[in-house]
Amino acid sequence: MSSRTPFSLFHFASPATFYPLATRMQPWFMALAVVLSVVGLYIGFLLAPTDAQQGEGYRIIFVHVPASWMAMFIYCVMAFWAAVGLAFNIKLASMMASALAPTGALFALLSLWTGALWGKPMWGAWWVWDARLTSTLILFFLYLGFMALQAAIDDPRRADKAGAIVAIVGVVNVPIIYFSVKWWNTLHQGASVSVTKSPSMAALMLWAMLIMALAFWMYSIAVALGRVRNIIVERERQNEWVRHAVA
Amino acid sequence: MQWHSVGEFLAMGGYALYVWGSVGACAVAMIVEPIVVRRRHRRLVRSLRPLRGAAAGAAAPGFRRTATEGPR
Repeated sequence: MSSRTPFSLFHFASPATFYPLATRMQPWFMALAVVLSVVGLYIGFLLAPTDAQQGEGYRIIFVHVPASWMAMFIYCVMAFWAAVGLAFNIKLASMMASALAPTGALFALLSLWTGALWGKPMWGAWWVWDARLTSTLILFFLYLGFMALQAAIDDPRRADKAGAIVAIVGVVNVPIIYFSVKWWNTLHQGASVSVTKSPSMAALMLWAMLIMALAFWMYSIAVALGRVRNIIVERERQNEWVRHAVA
Repeated sequence: MQWHSVGEFLAMGGYALYVWGSVGACAVAMIVEPIVVRRRHRRLVRSLRPLRGAAAGAAAPGFRRTATEGPR
């Protein structure tokens, strides 16, 4: 904002300055995602011991938990950027929210998919109308609703504002998902990791899961940066700097 | 190492369908999504090329916001 300060985060609030930064950062996050995935899968699938109760079937945890965490976390980040865009009228923040939605929806879908594939052998059912499963399905629909609403409105700034309302209101669903296993009697097992208790899993299992979560995190950042670049080019294409930046 | 043979690894103690169905779906999704984003970027850059050098302001008349991804 101020040109006198040597470094300011507001400097990057302009698409013209953020675009080259995103271009430079994106490959690093993607490289980190690949390296962490390889390490996480190696530990999870080759080193981690067999589970006493679930045999080898438990190994779904190494993709199911990271995907579910990202689905919830991305929603919070999306709502945060949408709110910033709405409150301070910062275009880039709204663009960031739009860039995160498809990746969040994808992780919500992967969470449901891997959950079904885990539920079938362990519970005997692909799907049950259980509190956690249902609230995750609602999360998936919230993402779809956000994207559909934004796609239906021609004026980008109006689409940003309408989408922001959906994103902010929908945030109430995230704690419902998270605490659903405590608040209601559910088939889904309790939290795998908790801040207050020591983890109930073997150290190698836990490490593999945390590394995979970090890999998914890096992946999400990389893809969101890639997508926000596309949105910037799309929406700022009438500006001269875009044509220089993509040249 | 947990496994004695490749076959044993692939069988996943009888849970092959469920474990590989989960890992496979994630792998496919997380390989395809960046490709889709990348292709969209290339298409956007290509669509801007004829405009380059044109007078600023005269460019892209009647531009309409399109969906972030997907077929155009």
